[in-house]
Amino acid sequence: MSTMLPFAQIEARPNYLNVDYGWKSWLFTTDHKRIALLYLFSITAFFFVGGAFAVGMRLNLLTPDGLFAHDTYNKLFTMHGIIMVFFFLVPSIPATLGNFLIPIMVGARDLAFPRINLLSWYLYIIGGVIALAAIAQGGVDTGWTFYAPFSSTYSNTHVILTAIGVFVSGFSSILTGLNFIVTVHTMRAPGMTWGRLPLFVWGHYATSLIQVLGTPVIAITLVLLGLERILHAGIFDPALGGDPVLFQHLFWFYSHPAVYIMILPGMAVISEIVACFSRKAIFGYTFVAISSIAIAVLGFLVWGHHLFVAGQSMYASVVFSFLSFLVAIPSAIKVFNWTATMYKGSISYETPMLYAFGFIGLFTMGGLTGLFLATLAIDVHVTDTYFVIAHFHYVMVGGMVMAYMGGIHFWFPKISGRMYPENWARFAALIVFVGFNLTFFPQFILGYQGMPRRYAHYPPEFQVLNVMSTAGASILAVGYVLPMIYLAWAWRKGPKAPQNPWNAKGLEWEQSPTPPPTFNFETQPVVTEPAYNYSGEEEEVQRG
Amino acid sequence: MGVFDIFPARASAAAGNVDALYAFLLVVGIGMTAIIFFFVFLFAVKYRRRNADDPAPRAIHGSLPLEIAWSVAPFLIMLVMFAWGAKLYFDNYTPPLRDTFDVYVTGKQWMWKVQYPTGQREINELHVPTGRPVKLILASEDVIHSFYIPAFRLKHDVVPGSYQTYWFEPTKPGRYRIFCAEYCGTNHSDMGGWVTVMDPHDFAEWLTGGTGGSMKEQGEKLFQQYGCVTCHVTDREGRSPSLLNIFGKPVVLDDGRTVLADEAYIRESILNPNAKIVKGYKRDIMPVFQGQINEEGLLQLMVYIKSLSPPVSAGKESSK
Repeated sequence: MSTMLPFAQIEARPNYLNVDYGWKSWLFTTDHKRIALLYLFSITAFFFVGGAFAVGMRLNLLTPDGLFAHDTYNKLFTMHGIIMVFFFLVPSIPATLGNFLIPIMVGARDLAFPRINLLSWYLYIIGGVIALAAIAQGGVDTGWTFYAPFSSTYSNTHVILTAIGVFVSGFSSILTGLNFIVTVHTMRAPGMTWGRLPLFVWGHYATSLIQVLGTPVIAITLVLLGLERILHAGIFDPALGGDPVLFQHLFWFYSHPAVYIMILPGMAVISEIVACFSRKAIFGYTFVAISSIAIAVLGFLVWGHHLFVAGQSMYASVVFSFLSFLVAIPSAIKVFNWTATMYKGSISYETPMLYAFGFIGLFTMGGLTGLFLATLAIDVHVTDTYFVIAHFHYVMVGGMVMAYMGGIHFWFPKISGRMYPENWARFAALIVFVGFNLTFFPQFILGYQGMPRRYAHYPPEFQVLNVMSTAGASILAVGYVLPMIYLAWAWRKGPKAPQNPWNAKGLEWEQSPTPPPTFNFETQPVVTEPAYNYSGEEEEVQRG
Repeated sequence: MGVFDIFPARASAAAGNVDALYAFLLVVGIGMTAIIFFFVFLFAVKYRRRNADDPAPRAIHGSLPLEIAWSVAPFLIMLVMFAWGAKLYFDNYTPPLRDTFDVYVTGKQWMWKVQYPTGQREINELHVPTGRPVKLILASEDVIHSFYIPAFRLKHDVVPGSYQTYWFEPTKPGRYRIFCAEYCGTNHSDMGGWVTVMDPHDFAEWLTGGTGGSMKEQGEKLFQQYGCVTCHVTDREGRSPSLLNIFGKPVVLDDGRTVLADEAYIRESILNPNAKIVKGYKRDIMPVFQGQINEEGLLQLMVYIKSLSPPVSAGKESSK
């Protein structure tokens, strides 16, 4: 890994990259910035593994009769889901950008528990290696949702090994969340009040709450699944006296809040980018901050909307439907406030802002199609069809991955000390946007026409839309490979970045050198103004 | 159905209602998207930075009235979606209590086995008449499946260990696809078939096509074979409750609760009789049949037991 990092070329001044060399200085580091980079490289690897499975799926779906055997396709979509959800999306922004930036943004020299931070990366890697081992041995075919009794009794694949991988990596997520919460509470610099915290920190704080409170539930669920599968405990399999729907309740009690683990950090990044490239304070700071907490809390109360057709009480369904509409409000508030932030701004179109535009558009569509699924009678028709696939890819890929890409570009100069080629980056952002829409928009139509998800073969009337989707996916793939190439190039050969290339506000740009030294600041930072004070106002203002 | 058709074929009474609601959400969704896109685009162009050294604009910190407006207005629109969706959900998921044409469907990896009360069996094919409510009683032999007919806009999971119902009123003759919508293993994507909607006359003809022994007769045979007949005699003095005229009626239990004697209750009382004991009777009298009778046999018994409760006078009342 050390050979990939060209820190030898940045020699001007000691920073976290050139302070120490050799693999030990990376694998035994407790510096949150180096751990962030360890995460960055590992999750990028998992992203391309998960992406490779998606390529296999899209190839299979080019023709109604498929390219692969049924079992192969079933394993492809299962492993795509497991890798992307548990090993890419959940850690993505928090473990990389969050890890790197939260201590700097609050004015601290590291996270509260630096060694636990390193431990969480090792847990992530151990979990990931176990999951990859399961794949190498032939994989798993239960779907990422592991529904019983198929997973507990009927599947003949490596369910236990995969579940152990997910179980272990869950603790990585819990420890990261714990670290963030304690850091934000106890390590803020003088003057960094809660009302002055960047919205990036607010978003991650809300995410951390879910990670700490929700992840143990998936751990318990997977343990029960193991007990059922090995010891036939009779928890989920009706033949043994269990209840298969109980599994779904337990699974979604974590996995729906986990959806917010996967989107709140994206929203957190977008707030920073929109403010910077509009050169304006975020409109309605308090509302954007509190809406993150509201999403985290309400997110725990909506899991039953995955069970509208599963035979749960219809009255329970009505309650879950109502609460699901409610959780849409704080998301809408964020979108409105970002848009209002641009009003009378001074807007420029650097790459991070292009990704932010993409996020706002695609997340809006992803969020609004969520309302269709919250509407009971419509969900009965479209649940378990491609409509759902399109909806959550608009949120997870159109939202979270867009934000991740935007964030990586925005803070690339901070992390690497170098600039990336702007025109290539803008071009790639455009490719991603076009490829994404061509891939996933046809799936909304397919879904309402009735094509079920997880189908290796499909009726011929669905072929045209599937071919469009596969064509889009190949464009999208180019859009993801391009940044890999030019960012790797820029890390070695890019022009040196100035201290604050975007003239952005925030401790990480204004008071911490670029790239930062090991302990982030040369002197104790003191905060004297609100976040996003682009207009340079002297006085603290009352925010509405 | 054309490749880009937004609405697939409609063949049930529910389909038009679901499509109307969907159209409402499409209008709201597209409208909201257009508003957001319009303002983002407008601001991005109108307020673009013209010179790199433009001074930073004046901060605008927010507006409480605006925040309230754009929280409350979407909430009110969502209330309409919620109420409309919930009303339709209850309509579409609550079968009429009487006068349904009942068909018994068992899902197993990877086929749908269908049996009619008159005894015909089909695999991956379902025939139904237009103009009257059809109720499917769904059971699974193994894992969770989901019975889905897009042209009816209805699906329901088929959960092992329980009965689920799926009812619809076919409106348009034709052949429409059945899918399994819940992933169920290797050949999940091949677990489909066709529903043939026929006009009542054609259907009657099809139904009298004839097979050996009706479902009720097969059920009666099982009723004897498993010895049910020895205790569930038809007068009130037996060791066990009479099964005459109980179907669809409330039953008072020994713990004081009252339950409806529907398919799910009868199934449970066969498989696990001690779960709900009728007031005045003892537990542990009847053997537990869990694992003794397969799903198809259970459905045949069900039809026989239902036949002991003669249909109420050609009523028209439905649950709604």
